[in-house]
Amino acid sequence: MKLHELTIHEALRLLERREISAVELTRAVLHRIADVDNDIKAYLSLTPESALEEARRADELRRAGNQGALLGIPMAIKDVLCLAGVPTTCGSRILASFVPPYDATVVARLRQAGVVFLGKTNTDEFAMGSSTENSGFFTTHNPWDLTRVPGGSSGGSAAAVCADETLGALGTDTGGSVRQPAALCGVVGIRPTYGLVSRYGLVAFASSLDQAGALGKDVTDCALLLNAIAGHDARDSTSVDVPVPDCRRSLGQGVKGLRIGVPREYFGAGTQPGVEAAVRQAIQVLEGLGAVVGETSLPHTEYALPVYYLIAPAEASANLARYDGVKYGLSATQAPDIWEAYRRTRQEGFGAEVKRRIMLGTYALSAGYYDAYYRKAQKVRTLIRQDFDQAFQRFDVLLGPTSPTVAFKIGERTADPLQMYLADVFTLSQSLAGICALSLPCGLADGLPVGLQISGPAFGEETVLQVAYTYEQATDWHTRKPQIKEGHS
Amino acid sequence: MALSRDEVEHIADLAKLGLTAEEVETFREQLSAILDYAAILQRLDTDAIPPTASVLPLRNVMRADEAAPALPQADALANAPSIEDGYFQVKAILE
Repeated sequence: MKLHELTIHEALRLLERREISAVELTRAVLHRIADVDNDIKAYLSLTPESALEEARRADELRRAGNQGALLGIPMAIKDVLCLAGVPTTCGSRILASFVPPYDATVVARLRQAGVVFLGKTNTDEFAMGSSTENSGFFTTHNPWDLTRVPGGSSGGSAAAVCADETLGALGTDTGGSVRQPAALCGVVGIRPTYGLVSRYGLVAFASSLDQAGALGKDVTDCALLLNAIAGHDARDSTSVDVPVPDCRRSLGQGVKGLRIGVPREYFGAGTQPGVEAAVRQAIQVLEGLGAVVGETSLPHTEYALPVYYLIAPAEASANLARYDGVKYGLSATQAPDIWEAYRRTRQEGFGAEVKRRIMLGTYALSAGYYDAYYRKAQKVRTLIRQDFDQAFQRFDVLLGPTSPTVAFKIGERTADPLQMYLADVFTLSQSLAGICALSLPCGLADGLPVGLQISGPAFGEETVLQVAYTYEQATDWHTRKPQIKEGHS
Repeated sequence: MALSRDEVEHIADLAKLGLTAEEVETFREQLSAILDYAAILQRLDTDAIPPTASVLPLRNVMRADEAAPALPQADALANAPSIEDGYFQVKAILE
């Protein structure tokens, strides 16, 4: 049995029965990372010594009767989430040397549950991107085809889960950055309802859109991770004080009588035929299992892209103003005056996409343009929310492709920013509306993974997971793995 | 929406981004294209639609005014490029 191939729930059962130890499990995963990460490059930094120490501690605690929900489970953390004492770079040279003095709340909750931290995964710089090519350090390669992108911005986390370089991972999703890489890498990724999961310690990109999410090898693993991280946090004034359901509880309830809506805007021109075919097939499977399927419409879908690419950069321009070389990070101390110091710090420290979005956001918020751009986008955001409110009156969940295409080639879309932005067309709306959504594998097109996106109403995670689990158990896409040559670099 | 060089340089100055002449031109083209695309929003009549600033109904989330342990000063200063006597040191803004 190859321990690195286990899911979280399988590993927990073996750990509980004392058939394996956390140290053995962690060693196996670290060995796997050493074998394949030179080719995949999922990790920005690794913490093998502390991981083994945490694993030893987990074994001791388990012997002493401790029942931590994820005790001894190795996890990878996207590098925009603070892990105390370990560099958190956000994929940016401006924070290459930043070491946070505290854990993000989601990380602290995992720590409390007994997780073993393997290291930090690669990301597009400040989570801005859909391919992980905007990382200030290097790009990550899709384990299914090393010449292709893993998606983004949580590309490192998705690739690591896919390649068994971790049992599970945390990512973050602002416009699709957990779901889209999950789709492109053939793993499960969930974006929770805005406010369900704390953003404390999640380095801010767009504050009204950012959410930490979970990536796992199957739906059960994502449910376990969501259970561990969700819940009100007094340190995040945008976190909601609602009771957190046990996300595992509803998994096996099936879909008989459940109403599934299929928005017509999610199909047609722009969607790769193989992707559409796999998704329609998945919908048929669910219908065969008793779900009631009907067509619906989200009429403002085409406006999600311009709305997002005005609101998110506007919020980013404010959130990234703090990178001025004063309290942390790169600092152009040789500059003659403070203004030049700011300019040079940010000139040297930020990559092109980050600069582009800061500029876009600054423009959209500036005097004379605020109403025509930012305020207009906020109003259309309301229309997008209303589309979902109306759809959820008739349907329990909405289904469609997560991404219009399978993984594209590295370098294919980097010349034209708008081409890259189009990768997100199906995932932006859910972020804007603040609802929950999940992606899970539903097939292959040209040998590459296709993701099915299941969207649910705000705080409807249980229903979304229930539909996902039912589909997953009736198929075997979640058991498909890429062939990765080991030990060559 | 074609941006001029001057406009791009003005935005860059607002954002305190030092751009090269080449970057100014590249961004001018790219931002113009993106803003052109964003103009499709003008098709929609939103006069009667309220803007969404946050998807949550939360407003003015407060806590009791009670002191609690906070980040120690040494930790807060640990990543700073330049400190003096427990302060972050910056270049002067006034002569």
